[in-house]
Amino acid sequence: MSYTLEGKTGTWEIVVGLEVHAQVISHSKLFSGASASYGGEPNTHVSLVDAGFPGMLPVLNHECVAQAIRTGLGLRARINLESRFDRKNYFYADLPTGYQISQFTHPIVGEGTVEIELGDGTVRHIGITRLHMEQDAGKSMHDQDPTRSFIDLNRAGVALMEIVSEPDIRSPEEAGAYLRKLRQILRYLGTCDGNMEEGSMRADVNVSVRKAGEPFRTRCEIKNVNSIRYVMHAIEVEATRQIEVWEDGGEVDQETRLFDPSRNETRSLRSKEDAHDYRYFPDPDLLPLVVEQAWVDELERGLPELPDDKRDRFIKQYGIPRYDASVLVAEQAIADYYEEVAKGRDARLAANWVTGDLFGALNRTGRGIQDSPISAQALGGMLDLMADKTINGKIAKEVFEDMLETGDSAADIVERKGLKQVTDTGAIDAAVADVLARNADKVEEYRGGKDRLFGFFVGQVMKAMAGKANPAIVNEALKKVL
Amino acid sequence: MSLDPATVRRIARLARIGIDESDLPALQGELNGILGWVEQLNEVDVEGVTPMVGTGHAALRTRDDVVTDGNCRDAVLSNAPDAVGPFYTVPKVVE
Repeated sequence: MSYTLEGKTGTWEIVVGLEVHAQVISHSKLFSGASASYGGEPNTHVSLVDAGFPGMLPVLNHECVAQAIRTGLGLRARINLESRFDRKNYFYADLPTGYQISQFTHPIVGEGTVEIELGDGTVRHIGITRLHMEQDAGKSMHDQDPTRSFIDLNRAGVALMEIVSEPDIRSPEEAGAYLRKLRQILRYLGTCDGNMEEGSMRADVNVSVRKAGEPFRTRCEIKNVNSIRYVMHAIEVEATRQIEVWEDGGEVDQETRLFDPSRNETRSLRSKEDAHDYRYFPDPDLLPLVVEQAWVDELERGLPELPDDKRDRFIKQYGIPRYDASVLVAEQAIADYYEEVAKGRDARLAANWVTGDLFGALNRTGRGIQDSPISAQALGGMLDLMADKTINGKIAKEVFEDMLETGDSAADIVERKGLKQVTDTGAIDAAVADVLARNADKVEEYRGGKDRLFGFFVGQVMKAMAGKANPAIVNEALKKVL
Repeated sequence: MSLDPATVRRIARLARIGIDESDLPALQGELNGILGWVEQLNEVDVEGVTPMVGTGHAALRTRDDVVTDGNCRDAVLSNAPDAVGPFYTVPKVVE
């Protein structure tokens, strides 16, 4: 079912393209030897190149190029063996040189594609137009002084990858799925930490609306949205605004807007008409960047298994449902954890425990998989006890909770609490006889045709044996006697 | 190609250069002179010739990803007209 919005004049669909700025993971900046790490003292991660001093020359960071190529390969995109750097000219206080070095006409990465999966299981492919390298700007602080803005250039010159999508996105949900998938790929590749709160991944959102079958109408760009949830809200709010403008007989102006989450509205940036006149020209300080195909191949061989491939392998290798596989590959650490648990064991059972009880426990305790209170080996140890019938599924839940609390191994807990499953048919038969004797009336009813009472008897026997009886043997014994 | 006064005014504004209306005609003449001079290049037939971006076959040099610079705040702020503590300051810019 496609996503549409209802206006006074009928049904509208939305058209969205995203420009994602992803900060490259590297030690030093794109064109200077200053540290690229986050959170230093103000203006200490700054070289004279970053500060735009006269005569300073940019020298390209080799690793940043490698990271851009890895990302391009992860997006199944074309790598351009020759690319160039251009100057994008604009004046802002946190841009000391008065231009940003970017790639305009010849980006390092061309067309690619990202596969997304929606809540109802629909799979869609979102086109990637390009990826290019550019410098980040510094940071302005406007709340430190009544008349002045304070400038910290630590971030100025850190490498960014701008990843531009085709206008293929048709709903807020798709936009969310695209961003999550992109972040997942970047994290797998280790090329960007994808941390939107710290600003290392930010999105500009292009939105327009149209009636079914129409060509594109004028779009607006919502700048610098810093969470996936806000991107989804901003799209809906902006599309609704544009529909009102068109339906009131107006024209949507192509402009830059800001999303204000507290008021749930987008506002025009009132920017001067020159905002988009960047007067790009080739940076005379930098020759064209030429990379060898052999190097690209080498980088490709070094890539980790990507999420889509891993998901498909999990489905095939472990026989688990696609949904479970998608959940398990969400983060590389989760996938590794799962594989450790599943190794040599019942892989479906392992998937159920990891996605069910373990995720539940992590959520409850607000932890990530990396600091899970139960290690993969420990959970595997518990599954082993289930496999050799030392404990049944019900007792396993109890053991799991105990492991969570005490950090003890499943075997120790079973030993300590005396939870070993009873498979002794003599003891079970005795419990069955006892339960039936105490519930003679129910036995009559059961024999009179009230089949549902079977479950009651099972429950009573299990209760009598403190949950430790082997359920299969209990069923067997009950059936025999009844 | 020739620039009209409005375009000259716009170029000046983009470059944040304040100019007097009275200077416009002279600037227009100078800029058009430069453009006309460069436009002689259009007479050369470059059909099928790859754009030359430099002399020789020099490739762009790159550096290793190591931190070799920074931690020189005093030098960085040395020509700031109005630094406060560790920061540059500028007249407030808020949109």
